[in-house]
Amino acid sequence: MSAVLRLGYLPLVDAAPFFVAEALGFADQEGLSLALHPAPSWSALRDMLAMGLVDAAQMLAPVPVAQAMGLGGTRARFDALQLLNANGDVIGVSRALAAKMRDAGYGFDFTDAAGAGRALIAAAGSRLRIGVPFPFSMHMELVHYWLEHLGVALPEDLEIRTVPPPMMAEALAENEIDAFCVGEPWGSATVEAGVGDLLLPGTAIWAFAPEKVLAVRSGWADENPELTGKLMRMIWRAGRWLGEPGNRNLVSDILAAPGRLPISAEVIDRALSGRLILNAAGEVRTTDHLITFHRGAASFPWKSQAAWIATRLAARHGQDPAEAARAAAASFRTDLYRLHLGAAGADLPERDSKIEGAQAAEGPVSAARGKVILLADPFFDRRIFDPTEVLR
Amino acid sequence: MDTPLSIVIVEKDQDRARMIVEGLRAVGAQDIAVFSDDAGLARRIAERSPDLVLIDIASPSRDVIEELTLASSPMERPVAMFVDRSDGALTQAAIEAGVSAYVVDGMRPERIKPILDAAIARFRMVQKMRAELIATRRALEERKVIDRAKGLLMAARGIDEDAAYALLRKTAMAQGRKIVEVAQALVTAAELLK
Repeated sequence: MSAVLRLGYLPLVDAAPFFVAEALGFADQEGLSLALHPAPSWSALRDMLAMGLVDAAQMLAPVPVAQAMGLGGTRARFDALQLLNANGDVIGVSRALAAKMRDAGYGFDFTDAAGAGRALIAAAGSRLRIGVPFPFSMHMELVHYWLEHLGVALPEDLEIRTVPPPMMAEALAENEIDAFCVGEPWGSATVEAGVGDLLLPGTAIWAFAPEKVLAVRSGWADENPELTGKLMRMIWRAGRWLGEPGNRNLVSDILAAPGRLPISAEVIDRALSGRLILNAAGEVRTTDHLITFHRGAASFPWKSQAAWIATRLAARHGQDPAEAARAAAASFRTDLYRLHLGAAGADLPERDSKIEGAQAAEGPVSAARGKVILLADPFFDRRIFDPTEVLR
Repeated sequence: MDTPLSIVIVEKDQDRARMIVEGLRAVGAQDIAVFSDDAGLARRIAERSPDLVLIDIASPSRDVIEELTLASSPMERPVAMFVDRSDGALTQAAIEAGVSAYVVDGMRPERIKPILDAAIARFRMVQKMRAELIATRRALEERKVIDRAKGLLMAARGIDEDAAYALLRKTAMAQGRKIVEVAQALVTAAELLK
């Protein structure tokens, strides 16, 4: 008799590890049978997890951090067991704004975040409204970081608004927002709907950003050590399979199967391949690591990632950065990753933290087990974040 | 005497919204506004600055309300999810009924409770009606598919309606599938072969 594990998710490309685990036998291998529960919104998914309606959930990486800091509508605490993926977001603008930017000579290179940001602000004038899916999300953090560090005066009326991803195209069409940052395929959906032009991949702002985590209620992992191990190994193996370039076409088909993602295999493949259509004229740009499931130790829940998110949130919400970073880092469970995935064959870095933004090119770091090769992770402005400033 | 509670209901279906409003009026609520869950929701709620926001758990716009829980939100008074701050039985009831309630900070629970009880009762009713509607619609669609499959079999094999239905049922049982699945497969195949 296999244990039934209830997993909650939002129908997005980065829920892929759950579907792959179910479809390709990674769950069976651990004697697990999965009950997958789609949620209509991030707040609903967070509440499902908080109230025990699901055992584990796909979650925006900043959510466990925000909960650890006591921000948001509920008081639940979560643990991030591992990352489901790094990256996956795109930034786009309304067609009207895109036309203005083009008229001003901007070339939509889809690479240079500083140039794109300056062109955007120049075209927007005194008012700029940007839609993101959730107040605690990498989308929100990327937009803030990008605009704050451009070195130009921001529009007097700069507003970052919450818009659920499926409603992003509508919000653009109704002139509720001028620009957006959203996970694929919803950026491409605005292009398909003829209301938006893509401006940048999220990786142009931060080349290796923690996007979604596998989250459980605080205490659950310690009460269910055996089940936690099974869950983590299953997700890690699914992620490793997802990271194999040769599996891409099969991934799109698995995700687009009935009852999974309400998105066509062709559009899913754009996110997986990094080959995006920018605008209604059909201009194509290709970008690396648009979404990363496994390469570069992508699943390791670096405490420095939690600390980075926490210091950013602390600055905006008037909290003490060191206290916030410590609470957040404690919720990224590198101890469980080492315990459960080391034996399963995962490469383990020697340390729990790294200097974020310091990896200029793909390369090795010292490992406690195996060989750890990190992908380049610079911020667009080449700043670095040294977690030892806030984590002791 | 307290000033009347200002309540916002986020619901795009007008009939459902009306049912919920009636339920709340019955327990004395007066100041009620209904917003559809389209773009610009957070702005419109902030402008009204209600004491209580009620929203369907299944609405994707719940994430918009989340913005109002932050100190930097467009609303001057931060809001919190009500179920989180109250007893477990009420929380369970609200979840089962499919309603999320957000209240502004400092609102006394005893002022909110009768309203929330009424809202839970109404949302439960709405949910039941919605489930019935979906079931009815599905049954209708299934019957249409089965009728088409019967027609195809009758024409192709020269059998009568009862025999066609019996054949579908026999095949479904043999394959451990539902009759409607077998019928759908047949209809799809027939369309491909046209």
